[in-house]
Amino acid sequence: MAVYKKTYRPYDGALTPSATRFLVIPRFAFEDMRKSRFLTIFFLASFIYPLICSLFIYVKHNASALNLLGVANANNLISINTTFFLNFLGWQSMLALFLAAFTGPGQVSPDLANNALSLYLARPFSRVEYVLGKMWILIVLMSLMTWVPGLLLFLLEAYLQEGWTWMHDNSSLASGMFFGSWIWILILALLALALSAWVKWKPAAGALMFGVFFVAAGFGAAINGVQRTKWGHLFNISALIGSVWVQLFGADPQVNNGGAFFRMPADERLPLWCCWTALGGLCLVCLYMLARKIRGAEVIR
Amino acid sequence: MDPVIELDGLEVRFGTRTILRKLKATLTGRSIGLLGPNGAGKSTLINTLLGFHKPTSGTARIFGKDIRTHAREVRSLLGYMPENDSYISSMSGVRFVRLMAELAGLPPEHALERAHEAFFYVGLGEVRYRNLGTYSLGMKQAAKLAQAIAHGPKLLFLDEPTNGLDPPARLRMIQLIQEIRDRGDLRLILSSHLLRDVEECCDEVLILKDGNIAAFCNLEEERRANRRFLEIETRGGVNGAFAEAMEKLGCETATGAQGRLKLVLPDGLEVRQLYQVASDQNVQIRRLNHKRDSLEDIFLKAMEAADGRL
Repeated sequence: MAVYKKTYRPYDGALTPSATRFLVIPRFAFEDMRKSRFLTIFFLASFIYPLICSLFIYVKHNASALNLLGVANANNLISINTTFFLNFLGWQSMLALFLAAFTGPGQVSPDLANNALSLYLARPFSRVEYVLGKMWILIVLMSLMTWVPGLLLFLLEAYLQEGWTWMHDNSSLASGMFFGSWIWILILALLALALSAWVKWKPAAGALMFGVFFVAAGFGAAINGVQRTKWGHLFNISALIGSVWVQLFGADPQVNNGGAFFRMPADERLPLWCCWTALGGLCLVCLYMLARKIRGAEVIR
Repeated sequence: MDPVIELDGLEVRFGTRTILRKLKATLTGRSIGLLGPNGAGKSTLINTLLGFHKPTSGTARIFGKDIRTHAREVRSLLGYMPENDSYISSMSGVRFVRLMAELAGLPPEHALERAHEAFFYVGLGEVRYRNLGTYSLGMKQAAKLAQAIAHGPKLLFLDEPTNGLDPPARLRMIQLIQEIRDRGDLRLILSSHLLRDVEECCDEVLILKDGNIAAFCNLEEERRANRRFLEIETRGGVNGAFAEAMEKLGCETATGAQGRLKLVLPDGLEVRQLYQVASDQNVQIRRLNHKRDSLEDIFLKAMEAADGRL
């Protein structure tokens, strides 16, 4: 119908599959994000470290390149091992935290501030799909920063090692990279959305996101110092996730105590089940916070 | 006519407060008005039908689909224009409506086309690329209507659609609602505390008070009944003789002060015969109203009932 007719008409065309309808939200969000120069530059800059890592891997396996640089024996100094990948994940995960703090608060808070949730949820669109749609934005961006380049580096190393043997022997690095990243991504995405749902002012929500990681870690360290205990690390999310990564990478805890920025002091290690439980608890709290706020209509009891 | 909404003992409680008390009704009209004072439960009823609140007991059916067991299917039939400001201020109008249409299941290209159409339809064609945050109140109301109809719902919930509108904007909104109603492609539920809006747009009215159904009336039938009911004001001649002459024609009459006369016309008697009798009796008819109980009368009666039930 041409717009000049200016009349109402019902819609009787085909509908999109309901299972993938939540992807509408990230599609619109990505269009908005592209307009932000800062975010675009930050996102592109986050690939500098993976590029450097790939250069390291290439140079280590290329004698002529080393000769050219006049450091023929330097390949002995470069080790592509668990520590290398753990540090890679640590760096990229820290950048992912910054990205979540910048983009996360803008996800739910505008909808809440403008009462738009009732419009989303008055459609054949559930609260779970709404949260999933909003999380998807962060999941995609953070995946591109963490496990995707991580696995590419792994494949590059495997390719240059010329054989399946290395790949097979080090498969725990790939699985650790994949699952470790996903755990971190889910924690960040849930936390960012939960804070965005409760703190409607975007800068405050972003600041709170950093606060949860850094101030809580400081608080935990203070507890450790005052009480002469190690249980204060339960407040240190980065230390907790670092311990989980060590397990997922199949690394020796005596040698590796986590990735860059995500380390728990070797002599203050908490039992692994405590780390998993604390991280699980954090996710449950975030889910509860979201369940309380993501509603079509506010209930005043 | 098939029922649009069936309320089957619908009860909603928030904590210890009962908001809707075992509502039972079958609404069949093309355009149904929800009336009631503030806190009567109008918005809670709409929110419950939309699936925002879970019924404590009982249920409701929309086009025969249970809101408890077929919530998603029910919502695919609905369009909703909320009472409060609801939009994303940083989005352009047409992009916002497109997003909402896509969430309702329309493919992107159809959603975009219909978003443009909806904006032209509600009279915002020229400002559709402006951010919603820059719209005036009247424009925001129209944009809310656009997002509610863009995906082609079968039932449209309009919660206080004329809230805060100036008279020309209100008139335009009422005309739009009447136009949508008269096309017959979709049914309307209009919640308002403005009797005039409901009277102008609806053919059935459900009046709520304290969570109860205080009254339910078919305005269309009332209007039909009103056609046989006349209130006239006369001057000249002898009122008593005129009334007697009307009774001879089969009318029921009641004489009031200052030449006022109430008449119920029998079937088959046309109004022009009344003028003929008046002329014969040398009586001037200065005013003639087809009016018995107005919606206001019905509403006030419902509000007077102590427990909220008529």
